[in-house]
Amino acid sequence: MLNYKKRKITWGFVFFFTPVFLWLSLLFVLPHLELLRLSFLGTDYYGKSGLTLSNYSAFFSEPAYWMTFARTAVYSITVTLIILIIALPMAFYITKVVGLRVRGLLTLMIIIPFWVSTLIRVYGWMIILRESGIINRLLIGLAIWTTPLEMLYNDVSLVVGLVHTNLLFMLVPIIGVMDSLDDSLIEAASNLGAGKLMIWWKIILPHCMTGIMSGSIIVFMLITGSYITPSLMGGKNSQWFTQQIYNQFIIAFNWNQGAAFGFLLLAISSLIVWIALRVTGQKLGEVVK
Amino acid sequence: MIRSLHNTRKYKIGFGVFAGVYFIFLFAPLVMVSILAFNDSMFPSLPWYGFTLDWFIGKGPKKVGLFYNPMNMNAILTSLRVALGVSLLSTFVGTCAAFLFDQEEFRFKKFFYLLMIAPMVVPGVILGISTLSFVNSLGVLMEKSIGIDLRILSPGLLLVMCGQATFITTFVALVIIARLKKFDRSLEDAAYNLGANRFEVIWHITLKYLRPSIISGAAVAFLLSFENFNTTLFLIGSKPTLPIALFAQIRDGGTPVVNAVSVLLMFCMSIIALGNLYLSRKSDGK
Repeated sequence: MLNYKKRKITWGFVFFFTPVFLWLSLLFVLPHLELLRLSFLGTDYYGKSGLTLSNYSAFFSEPAYWMTFARTAVYSITVTLIILIIALPMAFYITKVVGLRVRGLLTLMIIIPFWVSTLIRVYGWMIILRESGIINRLLIGLAIWTTPLEMLYNDVSLVVGLVHTNLLFMLVPIIGVMDSLDDSLIEAASNLGAGKLMIWWKIILPHCMTGIMSGSIIVFMLITGSYITPSLMGGKNSQWFTQQIYNQFIIAFNWNQGAAFGFLLLAISSLIVWIALRVTGQKLGEVVK
Repeated sequence: MIRSLHNTRKYKIGFGVFAGVYFIFLFAPLVMVSILAFNDSMFPSLPWYGFTLDWFIGKGPKKVGLFYNPMNMNAILTSLRVALGVSLLSTFVGTCAAFLFDQEEFRFKKFFYLLMIAPMVVPGVILGISTLSFVNSLGVLMEKSIGIDLRILSPGLLLVMCGQATFITTFVALVIIARLKKFDRSLEDAAYNLGANRFEVIWHITLKYLRPSIISGAAVAFLLSFENFNTTLFLIGSKPTLPIALFAQIRDGGTPVVNAVSVLLMFCMSIIALGNLYLSRKSDGK
C-alpha cells in the first residue's frame, strides 16, 4: 500500500510519518469531525437525543444569532479595507521612497510592537481611551473640555483596536511584493508623463495583487476569529461571533449549538475568502505561497 | 515619486508626516502601558505622582508589587511550563514534518501538505472547541466502555498544550522547511558514498545544518504558546495561564500590577525576539 514507485518503505519514512500522522489525525482531523458530529446532534422535547438540523436552523430563526454573525462579517471586511488603505502607502514609503539606510530601521520599528501580545496592546488602548484615561485627563487638564467623555466600548474604539492589532499581517506580504517591483518601470512611466494616480493604478497595484490578497486573507481570518479585542474594546450590546461561541460552550453549556456556530464561522470566512479570490481573479495556490 | 526620481518638498513632507502619525499610533499604547507601570499611583492612569518601583517590588500593605503577587506569579509559572511543553512537542513533530515533506516521496503528499497547513488558518477559537469536544467524548466513551475515568481527559494544562501544539507545530514545520529547501543534498550523497547510513547522515549532517532554524522554530513556538489566548480559553482547568489571568484583570479595569507584568513581558519577549533575529541573520550569512 505504501510502496511508492516500487520503492520499499524505509525506516526513515516511518519515523517521520508516524508523529506527523498522529499529530494531524488526533489533534486536528478527529476533533473537527467530532465537532461536526456534535453540531448535528440535539435533544427533542421528550429528551431523546438524535440527529437533527435544529442547531443550524436555530441560527437562522433567531435574529440575535445571525445579526451578530452579519455584524462580524461586515466589520471584518471594513477593518480589512481600512488596514489595506493604511498599509499600501506605508509599504510604498518604506520600500520605494525612504533612503536605504533608514529603511532597515523603519522595518524593525514596524515589527517591534507586534512582539508584544495583543492583550497588552489592547490594554494600552483602554488606558488611553477610557473615561478616566489619558486623553480625557490631558484634555481636561488643558481645559479643552470639562466632563470626561467615554471613548471606549463603542464601534470606533473597536475598529481602532482591530486595526492596531492586525496591521503587521497586511504590511509584511505587501512589503514583500513591492520590494520585487522594478523601480525602472515606475521611472519609465513617470518619464512618459504618467501621473501618480495612473502609476499606482496601472503599475503598482497590479504588481502587488498577490501580496494584497494574501495579506487581506490573513487579516480577515484573524479579525473574524478574534476574541480579545471585541470583548475588551467593543460595546456591551454589540457582540462578536466568537463571543457567541464562547457563550454557547462555556456559559449556556449547549455544545451542539456552539459546534454549529463554529462551523458557520469557518464557512463564512472560507466563503468570503473564496469570493474575494474570484473577484480579483487570483488563485489560492499563488496567494498562499 | 520614488527615491530615484525628483520629488517635491511637499510630497516628501507629506509622506514624512504620514509615517510619523503611523508610528505614534503604533507605539502610543505600549509607551503608555510602560510609563504608568512606574507611576506612584493606585490606578493605571494620569496624573503623574512620581516615579516608583513599588508595582514590581512593593511588599504592601498598600501596594503589592508583581513579585509578591501570587496570582500573577503562579500564572507566569504555568505559562512557562505550558510554553516549554509546547515548544518541545511542536519542535519534535515539526522537524519530523519538515523531513517528511522535503525529503520523502509518498502517495497523497500534496493532500497531507495541505492538511498540515490547515491548522494555521482555522480560527483559534474553533481549535479550542474542537479539542474540547473530542477529548470530552473520548472520556465519556472510555468511562462507558472500560469504566475508567481518565483525569487526563479533562480540561487542564495537558489539554492546553495539545490544543496549542495543533497549530504551533505548523509554524515550526514551515520555519524548518524553509531552511531545508536551501540544503545542498550533495552533502548527504557525499556522506552516503563514504559509508554512512541514513541515521548517521541525518544526525551528523542535516540536523547540524538545520540547528539554527530548529532553535528559531522552538523560539517561535515558545512565544506563540506563551501569548496564546483564543485556544487556551476553552481548555483551561483550574490553573490559568498568564494571558487568561491578565484578561480577567484587564476586563475589570486593570491595576498598575498589570502594567508591571506588561513591562516584564515586553522586556523578555524583546530579548527572545532579538536573539532569534540575531540567529536567523547569522544562519543566513553562512
